[in-house]
Amino acid sequence: MIPRPPLHTAVHGAAAAVAGGCLGSTLWHGLESRGAALAFGILVAVGELTRRGRTPVRQAAPLAAAGSLAYGLLGEIGGRPTTHGAAQVVTVVLAASLLGSVPHVGRGHGPTLDHLARRVLTVGFVAVCFQPPRNRGTFDDWGGPAYALLLLLLLSLTMLCDAVLAAALAHSRHGWPFGPVLRDELRAVPGIGAAVIATGAVMALAVAVVGLWALPVFSVPLLLAQLAHRRVAAVRATYRQTIASLARATEIAGYTPAGHARRVAALSQAVGRDLGLTEPELTVLEYAALMHDIGQLSLVDPVPAGATAGLPRTEQRRIALLGGAVVRQTGVDPRVARIVEQQADPHREQLLAARIVRAVNAYEEKSREGGPGGPLTALEELRLGTAGEYAPEVVESLARVLSRNPEVMREQRG
Amino acid sequence: MEALPARARICVTGAALVALLCLLPLPAPDDPAWWWQAAALLALLYAAGEWLVRSARPGAANPSGTLYPVLLAGAFLLPPHAAALVALPAALLAPVEQPPLLPRRIWRAAQLVLAVRAAAETHTAAGGREAVAGCEVPAALAAAGAAVVAFSLVLTLLDCLVLALTSGSPLRRAGRTGGDAWWRLLLSSLAPLTVHGLAGLMMALLWRSPYGPVAALLVLLPMGVSWWAFAQYHRERAAHQATIRALVQAVDIKDGYTRGHSERVGQAAMMIARELGMDDERVEVLRFAGILHDVGKLGVPTRLLTKDGPLTPEERRIIELHPEYGHEMVRGIAFLGEARAAVLHHHERLDGTGYPYGLAGSQIPESARVVAVADAFDAMTSTRSYSRARPVPVALKELQRCAGAHFDPRMVAALVRVIGRVGWHPAVTADQSPARVPPPAAPAADRSGARR
Repeated sequence: MIPRPPLHTAVHGAAAAVAGGCLGSTLWHGLESRGAALAFGILVAVGELTRRGRTPVRQAAPLAAAGSLAYGLLGEIGGRPTTHGAAQVVTVVLAASLLGSVPHVGRGHGPTLDHLARRVLTVGFVAVCFQPPRNRGTFDDWGGPAYALLLLLLLSLTMLCDAVLAAALAHSRHGWPFGPVLRDELRAVPGIGAAVIATGAVMALAVAVVGLWALPVFSVPLLLAQLAHRRVAAVRATYRQTIASLARATEIAGYTPAGHARRVAALSQAVGRDLGLTEPELTVLEYAALMHDIGQLSLVDPVPAGATAGLPRTEQRRIALLGGAVVRQTGVDPRVARIVEQQADPHREQLLAARIVRAVNAYEEKSREGGPGGPLTALEELRLGTAGEYAPEVVESLARVLSRNPEVMREQRG
Repeated sequence: MEALPARARICVTGAALVALLCLLPLPAPDDPAWWWQAAALLALLYAAGEWLVRSARPGAANPSGTLYPVLLAGAFLLPPHAAALVALPAALLAPVEQPPLLPRRIWRAAQLVLAVRAAAETHTAAGGREAVAGCEVPAALAAAGAAVVAFSLVLTLLDCLVLALTSGSPLRRAGRTGGDAWWRLLLSSLAPLTVHGLAGLMMALLWRSPYGPVAALLVLLPMGVSWWAFAQYHRERAAHQATIRALVQAVDIKDGYTRGHSERVGQAAMMIARELGMDDERVEVLRFAGILHDVGKLGVPTRLLTKDGPLTPEERRIIELHPEYGHEMVRGIAFLGEARAAVLHHHERLDGTGYPYGLAGSQIPESARVVAVADAFDAMTSTRSYSRARPVPVALKELQRCAGAHFDPRMVAALVRVIGRVGWHPAVTADQSPARVPPPAAPAADRSGARR
């Protein structure tokens, strides 16, 4: 299933070849339009500096992305045509990106090789599509608005290619199914992706009209968008933290063993990804997995070791409904409450996410009880239980996930 | 217009008349055809954007602010009277949320027309029109800056004026709205308006370039994305806070008699913190500290919390674990900051006889000392299964008696001061909802009760 050599190695190789070729060509021919090269280099480097490593978000450095795309599309500066070629564009952008990430590397979270490879390949694509025909004078008799639309079209195409590339890299690296990952990548395009496209096109046009003054002025709206985007990511991370912390109430009260909710959430997410859930669905799944035992808080005395999978059906259902009531009260997405409520239902009546949480929870409890051979016996028991309780496709996916990541199994045991 | 005081009516009428004067053309426009075309396009854009923003997020505060770049682009591009006209259709046509509808509509339109006219006049006087036409960025930036200040000044002053007139407060205090002086409102509006002004300037520059209005429209896209992301941010933040409060109500499911206790302690802690002159961020953290102080009770077996009759020493020890349980739960939530220490130490006493660690005096974190006073105050003034509610003055006397031994006298004094000034009006009172939760062990059919 995994291609050999893996796709991401091939992509890195291609990016390295492009970068090397461009660097060589630039060194051979020398830099042209040095002022513009310096200004765009500074813009990209500053954009990279604004990257924050801790909260992983899409388009972590939108200014750097927009700046490099704009440099690829630069045809004139203040009315005078430029002379630089595609190779110089790639070289300048790569050098500036590396320079801008030096402080991040020092702090231990620089851009990954994937990011750099994507940057090189997308900028190379834009520059190769745009610079040679322009230098030949193909666009000379196009009207102004048509030219603006051409830039927009080219950038949109580039963004699509970049999304496909990102999804392919994630697919090859983690084995996640390609389709849903691509859908997630494409969903980000109308938001911050659109801002990057628009800013890239506008910067290229504005530099053509008013000169390099346009760069700082036109960065401001994009920086604002980046700030807003980052605050959304931060408040989402806080939300997650809160849910995860408060879900530990059952562990502190002694209803469930320490770390149970966290392990069920992590494994459920891995299974959900394997089954092709999209990112919003995965978030709902994570919250539901974290809070699936919260109904036990309303019990007068704890269930021994929190093993709900072995309780009688009616008791399980009662706990699930109580949990659903608590979750509904917390005001999180109503789907989370529905998933928690459905915990004790037969799998045919459950949502996919509820099936996942139920099977993973049972696996977690059974493998813990089983000692050293626990995980394998637990999987076997789940397979036998697939007639009514556990969905066969979920159990199979769970087996796949566990065989792919042996360390998950070891952590489960420890 | 019946609901308005007479002088507010005069003010609205006067503003409308001046605004009408602002719309009159100046003599000698040199290329009227181009201007009218651009003005019509911008007005259409403004109206469409306004409609889009309002339908995407109804009830948002100042939704029209999102589209100020369009108005400012008009002020930088067009002669003043044409620029003022851009705001008119949308301001007159867009829906108004609260009555009286007609005066509000007229006022909104007049306010925008006046502000845009002022901005355009300032911009022209500063030589901005030649700078935009000649693509001289530094000169254009300076003129745009002056125009933004004029725009913001007119908007703020008119806002303050109409607020003062409708609320009927004396004109000398006209600028004070909710405790904010007018110049503070002006300063806080300048930062976003500067960004709007930059975007408007870019639109104006590109509009006159060979690439035309198409390129100018692209400038609005990043602005729109930021607006959308900020809206998302506020939504998620509200959801997050609602979740924290609601999870605290899960304590109430277990511990019936403390209905509303957490919220009230949060309110009292907030009042004390504000009285002590803490900054807004810290006040907010202390409110969360109050709300969450008993969250550890989620970890205490329900049987003990709902037990009628006296507790054995063993049971008491288990209940006294709740600060540590609570701290264990919230310690992973970074944004709570010092509220986490308050959760752990809110049962410590100043003389060292409290729990869980028996800290004394200044060893106890300040946040915990605030919450301890707020907690004790609410416990005394609300009805519990073992005691009746005491009147507020009696509770304050009791707190003052224990100050120094149990409580920090500074916090007690602050609470006494603030309650003496504004009184105690808890948002949720213990007697408000007599409906008790069914016992937790009740069959699942009763879950509607648990949901409350």
